[in-house]
Amino acid sequence: MENKKYKVRVGLSTCGIAAGAGKTYDEIVPLLAACGITPEKTGCMGMCYCEPLVEVIDSEGKSYVYGNVTADKAARIVEEHIKGGHPVTELLVLGTDAETEHAPFIAKQHRVLLKHLGKINPESIDSYLEVGGYEALTKVLGSMTPEEVIAEIGAAGLRGRGGAGFPTHLKWKYTREAAGEQKYIVCNADEGDPGAFMDRSLLESNPHSVLEGMIIAGYAIGATAGYVYCRAEYPLAIRNLRTAIAAAGERGYLGKNILGSGFDFSVQIREGAGAFVCGEETALLMSIEGKRGMPRFRPPYPAQKGLFGRPTCINNVETLANVPYIIREGAASYSRLGTENSKGTKVFALAGKVKRGGLVEIPMGLTINEIVFDIGGGISTGKKFKAVQTGGPSGGCIPASLGDTPVDYDSLKAIGAIMGSGGMLIMDEDTCMVDVARYFLTFTCDESCGKCTFCRTGTKKMLEILNRITEGKGTESDLDLLEDLAKQVMAGSLCGLGQTAPNPVLTTLRYFRDEYLAHVRDKRCPAKVCKALIHYLIHPEACVACGACRRNCPVGAITGAKQTPHVINQDLCIRCGLCLNSCKFNAIEVASGAPEPQEA
Amino acid sequence: MSRKKNTAVTEKDPVEIIDAIVRKHSVDRGATIPILQEIQQTFGYIAPEAITRISDLTGIPESEIYSIATFYAQFRLQPVGKYIISVCHGTACHLAGAEKISDAFEHATGAKAGGTSEDGLFTLEKVACLGCCSLAPVVNFNNETHARVTADKAQALVKAARAAAAKEKSPKGESQHGKQEV
Repeated sequence: MENKKYKVRVGLSTCGIAAGAGKTYDEIVPLLAACGITPEKTGCMGMCYCEPLVEVIDSEGKSYVYGNVTADKAARIVEEHIKGGHPVTELLVLGTDAETEHAPFIAKQHRVLLKHLGKINPESIDSYLEVGGYEALTKVLGSMTPEEVIAEIGAAGLRGRGGAGFPTHLKWKYTREAAGEQKYIVCNADEGDPGAFMDRSLLESNPHSVLEGMIIAGYAIGATAGYVYCRAEYPLAIRNLRTAIAAAGERGYLGKNILGSGFDFSVQIREGAGAFVCGEETALLMSIEGKRGMPRFRPPYPAQKGLFGRPTCINNVETLANVPYIIREGAASYSRLGTENSKGTKVFALAGKVKRGGLVEIPMGLTINEIVFDIGGGISTGKKFKAVQTGGPSGGCIPASLGDTPVDYDSLKAIGAIMGSGGMLIMDEDTCMVDVARYFLTFTCDESCGKCTFCRTGTKKMLEILNRITEGKGTESDLDLLEDLAKQVMAGSLCGLGQTAPNPVLTTLRYFRDEYLAHVRDKRCPAKVCKALIHYLIHPEACVACGACRRNCPVGAITGAKQTPHVINQDLCIRCGLCLNSCKFNAIEVASGAPEPQEA
Repeated sequence: MSRKKNTAVTEKDPVEIIDAIVRKHSVDRGATIPILQEIQQTFGYIAPEAITRISDLTGIPESEIYSIATFYAQFRLQPVGKYIISVCHGTACHLAGAEKISDAFEHATGAKAGGTSEDGLFTLEKVACLGCCSLAPVVNFNNETHARVTADKAQALVKAARAAAAKEKSPKGESQHGKQEV
């Protein structure tokens, strides 16, 4: 007895599974089976902050999206909504008729690429075909010349979504015009920026859209083979992409003589092996060739001499995912969105201290404040919005005072940041900007391939200075030294990694100099983050001597007996903060400044 | 970084397994990395003998294979523990206190980040980024991703794993082959 009244979808992307969606799915399957329903697996709806998500669609097509659905809540949804016919309003995060506090998260976005995410089944090609999948490829192969395809992408104004924003149609044109029989298209899915997960979600939740874009790109540039270079940290993305490649081959969208057009195209996946620098195009090509992923000098550009010495076009996942839409809906429909020089939409991975974190797709030109407050719902901690970081280790920290800056390639560049691939980290007052700069430098220093002296040694020296400052051993002249080194590293590095590595330092120095000065002059960390510049204190009048902190302290630094307020031995304390978390009576305070030396 | 259970490993001659892996990939150009990846997936790490064997079969100098294996963070040249704990240190996780989570795991397991505990049970590593930034801090504990991890949760995970390992009473040394529970 099949139940036609309801359809049920469970979001099973990596973030959903991390939040427990696998358990929810296992719980709900037998419960639904008893009602004659087989739930559909979908990908990421982008509402990562309230995963696991379960959507119920009734026979009229009305949608009810439930959030934070743990196993027990799943049982309740089945009982009350599926069996009883009454939606469980208090668990709803979105609904056709429902007014929820979450609604602006989706309503304020403009979803082109994300439109079908969390709706379609990423493992089913039919699910993609139902929403217009492969129509663009059919149109291209049936009625367009490669030159027409390139012109269409040019008219749409699509620019590379990997961060640099190079016009996509020019890359295609140069590769097409390059001499050589064998050409390649490479999809850069080495989403290495910490804090970015747009490409993972696209590949996991709608892999065919990327694949379709890639096949069209292959046709446009005259390539018969393509590689997807995907980081190994994304096993589900790789699995879903593999499934998609196999299905597309079976249906004739990949392989020999695609759709009877005479065009041959095949796609291979290469797994990255954990090197951030491989996001740089020449390093990525080296890695596919099986070598150490070290960037090389350009020219020759990959369009002339790329993979295995052949003309190669490298496009980012999101760039390629835009292609089917542009072809299907027309360049004009795409270029209506965005600003004069930044057309279309951009997907951001919104995370950090924001209420509603997840995938956000906006037309270019929306302001930072609109993203943080209207879509993201403001700061999760209830504290003040301090800064936003875009572009990961290559980007910059933008202070809240510049929140009215429109998000497009040129405006962000003008204030020292970059669009980047789409990571957008929101920071509140509790974030130490010196620590943030140090964090990114630790990352780039670690990931520098070592080829250029300034990047290899310069980032290390910069990190040493930042470590010194966060340890309370810095001086004011260190700040000048940092700026000087930053400029040298930028000038003396061959690839984007080194050229942009100093950005987080330069922008924090520019916008948050006071905080650096507090560290070097007053030996104080205003945000109370830097371990050497804080200490933990127990307030005797608030301490009830429950002993929780004493038991939780991993180094035995806390002493106290029954009914005696506890005390922290500052010499032993490693400032791990476990006591603070364990205290239920707010008796423990993080105090600014290094601890006073203990009296014996 | 998938780590599949491969019980056949201990029964078959490792050389034969390596040979089969190399043969499978040798048709592709630039297959060194996929070969190393599959060897690590099978054995848990890349042993020096494996590098020698790949070199013999492919003609690529050992030094070059070694240089590739050490360039990429994914490759391990040491055996791993029974449980692999990857603490995400992406930006969102860093802001959410990943450092404290790593500390908590170090204290609970006795392993230092990048190393394996003396009892051979736990390998602890820092990674960036697992791409679950909205659920920070995130930890991958033996292929299972945990969201919004706290120091308490870290301790509980280690405790549960220890209990499970004790129950199995596996003979000492078995973890040398990186056998995993998936």
